[in-house]
Amino acid sequence: MDSPLRSLARWSKAPTKDVQAAKSWVNVPRGLAARATTPLLPDDYLKMLNPLWSARELRGLIVDVRPETADSATVTIKPGWGFSGRYRPGQYVGIGLRIDGRWHWRSYSLTSIPRRDNKNITITVKATPEGFLSTHLVNGVKPGTIVRLASPKGDFALPDPAPGKILFITAGSGITPVMAMLRTLKSRAQQADVAHIHSAPSADEVIFHDELRELETTQPGYRLHLQLTETQGHIDFDHLADIVVDWRERPAWVCGPPALLDNAEEAWKSEGCGDQLHMERFTIAATDKGGEGGTVTFAISDKTIEIDGATSLLEAGEKVGIQMPFGCRMGICQTCVLPLESGHVRDFRSGAEHREGDRIQTCISTASGNCTIKI
Amino acid sequence: MAITDIKEYAHLTAEDVEQLAQELDAIRADIEESRGERDARYIRRTIQLQRALAAGGRIALFASHNKLAWLTGTAMLATAKIVENMELGHNITHGQWDWMNDPEIHSTEWEWDTTCPGVQWKHSHNFIHHKYTNIVGLDGDVGYGIMRVTRDEPWETWMLGNPIYNVLLGTLFEWGVALHHIETAKIRKKEKTWAEARKDLRVIGKKVAKQAGKDYLIFPALTGRNWKHTLKANLTANLIRNYWAYMVIFCGHFPDGAEKFTVEEFENETKGEWYLRQMLGSANFNAGRFMAFVSGNLCYQIEHHLFPDLPSNRYAEIGVRVRELCDKYDLPYTTGSLGRQYMQTFWTILKLALPDKLLKATPDDARETRSELKFRVREGLRESFTDPDTGKRRGLRTALRELRSGGLAA
Repeated sequence: MDSPLRSLARWSKAPTKDVQAAKSWVNVPRGLAARATTPLLPDDYLKMLNPLWSARELRGLIVDVRPETADSATVTIKPGWGFSGRYRPGQYVGIGLRIDGRWHWRSYSLTSIPRRDNKNITITVKATPEGFLSTHLVNGVKPGTIVRLASPKGDFALPDPAPGKILFITAGSGITPVMAMLRTLKSRAQQADVAHIHSAPSADEVIFHDELRELETTQPGYRLHLQLTETQGHIDFDHLADIVVDWRERPAWVCGPPALLDNAEEAWKSEGCGDQLHMERFTIAATDKGGEGGTVTFAISDKTIEIDGATSLLEAGEKVGIQMPFGCRMGICQTCVLPLESGHVRDFRSGAEHREGDRIQTCISTASGNCTIKI
Repeated sequence: MAITDIKEYAHLTAEDVEQLAQELDAIRADIEESRGERDARYIRRTIQLQRALAAGGRIALFASHNKLAWLTGTAMLATAKIVENMELGHNITHGQWDWMNDPEIHSTEWEWDTTCPGVQWKHSHNFIHHKYTNIVGLDGDVGYGIMRVTRDEPWETWMLGNPIYNVLLGTLFEWGVALHHIETAKIRKKEKTWAEARKDLRVIGKKVAKQAGKDYLIFPALTGRNWKHTLKANLTANLIRNYWAYMVIFCGHFPDGAEKFTVEEFENETKGEWYLRQMLGSANFNAGRFMAFVSGNLCYQIEHHLFPDLPSNRYAEIGVRVRELCDKYDLPYTTGSLGRQYMQTFWTILKLALPDKLLKATPDDARETRSELKFRVREGLRESFTDPDTGKRRGLRTALRELRSGGLAA
């Protein structure tokens, strides 16, 4: 039997069951006030006074955009209500940005130290030619802009306490999650033996160049090897021991473009020490499938099916026996809308391509390559 | 007996209907491509206005013993409820703003400020009513299972109460909408069991408890000694919203010229004929910008039925293009003043309380319902053609006008 007090607290919180609160007691007054604001939350009114005063959707205020290199910048965000500072170094955060009336979502590695930095978080973004959101973040976004946030996630994270010997291999903007780890190690004053190989076209293009150099001089355990590919070529995994003799014995965190990750995976596998390797694939290849079908994964029901471009996701789900929500089956009633967790789908009607973070009408959408739907 | 051959009724060939569909698709594509920050700002500002009105109204009612405060608070609250239900709730639930990818303004997340649960509304309105619009026997909104609004439905004794049901529904509109999903007509016909209805009722009950708790318990209690005044104010605000919503919705499908259709028509329907049914089955009313706003842009019911998921702030400009298409294909575009549209509706409700033997017109040629036979019976114009003198198409609209003026009818 629950104590009456606990039952009362649970009853008070009932209207807030979908609301993330940094501290769970906050949902008691929120839930009580929601009895008067139903079907809305008190947050929906309070955010009119201050856009950060809402935990219905996590949000943040951009307070600073500081250039790092010619094409990268560090964005400092002050999170609003409900955002927990309890993330781990190396994790990424989802950022939603409104461009021309529409919210676009991408994930970026956090470069701030958990529970430090005045509770603000930072991400460091490199503008890529095909990434229109990253370009916007680096060149277009103004301090004062409100962004949406998704809770930090990811297994590519440094454990606490950290291992005694560590190897980091990073390339380009793959430095970002590792920077969070390096900064955390420094702030915890953990004297780990860190070997770091970072690859970039030239010294000018090394994000955090000065900070890395400073770490080299101030942190006795930290060793940096800069691989400047314009003059030295790419990292040669066959001769990794020339740079780090004992690489096989070090837990390794590797982050960079797909080619680098593939090479690393192969090197670690062939040495039989694959369990030492942690990798982060942060680029999702843009679809080139053009709605021609693919493998659909239904995340919660844990089922998959291969479909062609003429089969709707609704039919696909029904084929594998999932109780899919549906109504008109012609794209007008919105009963069948589900969140797209990863991959791309194509709208039959308009030909529009949707990507992760979007909500899609399953009755008029088909897979555009592999995709995962949350049901 | 309602329209079965919609092409024949509309005086159009299969090719005409196909072409019309393409032109309507083009309107959809243009709007979809041009949705942007301007539209997003519109809905965000509407939400801000609505919440400011709601909060302001509730605050004013803390002084509800004061007459001026009572009037101001009630007016603000009623307006907030109207805007929430019509321009926000109804339209957001239709997915009109889903393109913004904003989970806070999304059809899957929005719950509206009324006793009807959003999930059930999506079924009975977005799906049943918008897919089977005005098909007698399929669309539950043809009389809502409690009224006779077309003589396509056979008369039964209980329908004598038509005018009374009408007043009751207007007054208790919010509750009528909430109970609509129960589908009393299906229960009467034994197509739905009471056990199923009880399940729906449980869902409704939960929402009702929250809504009624807020308006009739919590806020009166919060205003302390003024509780009686606040209670009355909240009741009044809900009543005003009920009558207005009822008025707008009844004027969308029951004025003369909003046609009814048979199940047979639906069974052989092409995409173009679906469009055509939406056009011929809906009715607009004339509204200025303010009226359009507080009706949730449902003064553009025809445009809403053609494109239920396009943003409501664009219906006015879509309307201009739909009217051009009506001119081109010589189709009627049913509209009139709100008063006129409502009087036609009211007269139909009154009349149809009576058994058919007391009514003059047949279901093929009555004010509230017609069929393609109308033109055969009266030997009117059935074939459409282009007038060699003017280069204009002579179709349904001209045929209706000529029959009405007696130019052709015997």
